[in-house]
Amino acid sequence: MITYTFLQQYWWFIVSLLAGILVFLMFVQGANSLIFRLGQNEAERELVVNATGRKWEFTFTTLVTFGGAFFAAFPLFYSTSFGGAYWVWMAILVTFVLQAVSYEYQSKDGNFLGKNFFRRTLVLNGFAGPFLVGAAVATFFTGSDFCVEKNAISEAGLIVPAISTWGTAWHGLEALANPWNIVLGMAVVFLSRTLGGLYLLNQINDDQLRPRCRRQVISDAIPFLIFFLAFVGYLLCKDGFAVDEYGTVSLVGHKYLTNLLEMPVTLGIFLVGVVLVLLGIIRPILNEKFTRGIWPAGIGTILTVLSLFLVAGLNQTAYYPSVTNLQSSLTLSNSCSSEFTLTVMAWVSLFIPFVLAYIAHAWHAIDKKEITKEELKDAHHKY
Amino acid sequence: MTILEVASSQGLDWSRAQFALTACYHWLFVPLTLGLALVMGIMETIYYKTKDEFWKKTTQFWQKLFGINFAIGVATGIILEFEFGTNWSNYSWFVGDIFGAPLAIEGIVAFFMEATFIAVMFFGWNKVSRRFHLASTWLTGLGATLSAWWILVANSWMQHPVGMDFNPETVRNEMMDFFAVAFSPAAVNKFCHTVTSGWMTGAVFVVGVSCWYLLRGRNKKMALASIKVGATVGVVSALLVLFTGDRSGIEMAENQPMKLAAAEGLEKGGKGAAFSIVPGVEVPGVLSILATHDINGYVPGTQDIIDGYSYEKDGKTITVKGAKERMESGKIALQAFKDFRESAEKDDQKAKNEARATFEKHKADFGYGYIEKADDLIPPTGLVYWSFRVMVGCGSLLLLILIGLWWQQRRGKLEQSKLLLHAGLWSIPLVYAAGQAGWIVAEVGRQPWAIQDLLPVNAAISGISAGAVQTTFFIFLAIFTVLLACEVRILCRAIKGHNAE
Repeated sequence: MITYTFLQQYWWFIVSLLAGILVFLMFVQGANSLIFRLGQNEAERELVVNATGRKWEFTFTTLVTFGGAFFAAFPLFYSTSFGGAYWVWMAILVTFVLQAVSYEYQSKDGNFLGKNFFRRTLVLNGFAGPFLVGAAVATFFTGSDFCVEKNAISEAGLIVPAISTWGTAWHGLEALANPWNIVLGMAVVFLSRTLGGLYLLNQINDDQLRPRCRRQVISDAIPFLIFFLAFVGYLLCKDGFAVDEYGTVSLVGHKYLTNLLEMPVTLGIFLVGVVLVLLGIIRPILNEKFTRGIWPAGIGTILTVLSLFLVAGLNQTAYYPSVTNLQSSLTLSNSCSSEFTLTVMAWVSLFIPFVLAYIAHAWHAIDKKEITKEELKDAHHKY
Repeated sequence: MTILEVASSQGLDWSRAQFALTACYHWLFVPLTLGLALVMGIMETIYYKTKDEFWKKTTQFWQKLFGINFAIGVATGIILEFEFGTNWSNYSWFVGDIFGAPLAIEGIVAFFMEATFIAVMFFGWNKVSRRFHLASTWLTGLGATLSAWWILVANSWMQHPVGMDFNPETVRNEMMDFFAVAFSPAAVNKFCHTVTSGWMTGAVFVVGVSCWYLLRGRNKKMALASIKVGATVGVVSALLVLFTGDRSGIEMAENQPMKLAAAEGLEKGGKGAAFSIVPGVEVPGVLSILATHDINGYVPGTQDIIDGYSYEKDGKTITVKGAKERMESGKIALQAFKDFRESAEKDDQKAKNEARATFEKHKADFGYGYIEKADDLIPPTGLVYWSFRVMVGCGSLLLLILIGLWWQQRRGKLEQSKLLLHAGLWSIPLVYAAGQAGWIVAEVGRQPWAIQDLLPVNAAISGISAGAVQTTFFIFLAIFTVLLACEVRILCRAIKGHNAE
């Protein structure tokens, strides 16, 4: 039976899945943060840039679609978080805007800003993108400083008051004062670098770069694991924002741990995800011939992030909690679109497997040959 | 007026400025993407059919320019999407139930298609079959066009909201009919007008660059071949722009008479209204023809719309409520909405039902309840008036130039027609001026409405300070301007440096 509640959960699942795919695809950002570290001469830096340059649009498009899906399915989140945590979202946007043009412009004749300017913007986006996205996602568990008052819009006046108001003039930057938001931000930075290293290892066939990528994976995987495990530990111990059948939100001890235990499938997804990530990291380190670690690690990343989002929103949990006013917290049912819209969008979502299929087909066609210095010399389109 | 209100109304202006800035920059790049995609598709099809390496090289040259332009179009586009949330947060909730859907569909259906196949198009020349590559080039263009479809559905819905109903329980408009939203005649027409103007931009760009080569006596074969394709696409699309523009006029008269009155600077309207070419030069009856396809058709002026008016049509008298009256009715709707919410909180079912009944009666004027003064309903007339003339003037001139170029290349006398080649080169700025002016008419012309008759901009914004928006405005202004300068310089170098022979 397709009920309104089912549709809300279905759309939360889609949004969560997109979040997982986005974090996986941020291997582009991770690898870009390593341009100068891995590429010790121009030819090597070119290899790194061209390897990520063939994939950046997928990451970018997933970010846009993640935003669009959130808007369509949970518009109150869109208006509350984007309009409230203004500076965080603006900072994310600025770094992605710079990234979008960096590839195309950097090596072209007429670029008066210089090649290194655009390489540095790639590095900036490589660090700031994953960090800010990670910190923003952490607030799904740690909470934010906002109020929602739908009646506000009944006030006429020169300016009609906003339905969602933020509690501080910092507009999102205050989230950086919470160390746990920083911890998840750092975990995502090092995860994307680990994935970036694994991606380059698989993509580029170069005698000098490959061992360097392997070493880099180790040195990023260790801080990733420390930050990630710290955050997961914190999450399992902390109080969570539960919502009862009347829509009342309250703090409940070990809510997220309870969610995992009460949703065995989600727990399973989480555990499989973590194991796959570890496998993807460890195998190429142990086996010098194995270069395909990006696949288990990537799929593992998607599953892990998916399960964390499910923990944040399912099982009667407020996914975007307000610490200022508990009852303003956003839950699936108080922030979602109408049943009609969710149904229409559910039909649209049937396109997703088809989209994934042609992406896989095109990706495979392009990646049949590994990237080498020789291949780049003959490339028709090169950054 | 309190200090807080002053600050907020400045915040409103800065938010509008920021959105306008992003939209204007975005529309510098998108039409070229749409148009070049079509030209490249045609050229590669010729290559596919003839296997002539010359056409492959020609396609690749335009593709290189396409790539330089594409990235910055993507970059400016992402900001537009997120700005609905960041700067127009009330808007996002108030109509998110309808407006979010086209944006999500755009992402799922169109952007991925574009992103996937553009990679094959750029990197696949030596890796995939000729057939797959040709398909990828067309699919990249199709993806871009589909994305235009969905974003223009969203925009048309703001100009002419249909297929929804306001629900006071949830305090938002909710979608009632998806197909009414996705295929409203306004959306279909807007899409056709906008996309064909994009084709025209791409065609004019190709023609203009090729004219420059001919004037310099360089890359002649490529330039002539490109003009052949470009001028044909250009003439066809310019005619389509003209035709759909005519439909837009009729639609504007029906759904947004205030915009039309502002575009004409018409204060007092009437039957057989005259069209103003420039101030002081008028052609009798032409405005009525444009707006109603009838020389005696009635066209209201800005003051008529404020005061209310009536006219005869098919033997019947049609009376249109004045804006002042609608504002009063809107205040009643707003009060009834407030009463509804209060009685719902107190669980007073009787009062709730009464308030609901009053609200339903005045619902159509709800948006007018937010309007402070009737004069606020008149958009900036001068800007809309002149933009309309720039759009139509440049568009008509471009059609003539394109026909001239097409005709001369057909006769094989293009290289001798120096004047026409110069005109071809200078049509590049003209086509951009026309496109920008068109959007100014469409967007400034509907002020103060974010959504026509439903939500004015002063009720749509987020609770952020003017200072914050001002800061991001200047950050974006600086970034876009520097990147635009960089793009133009790279494009010019790529054109100058290209040697096809």
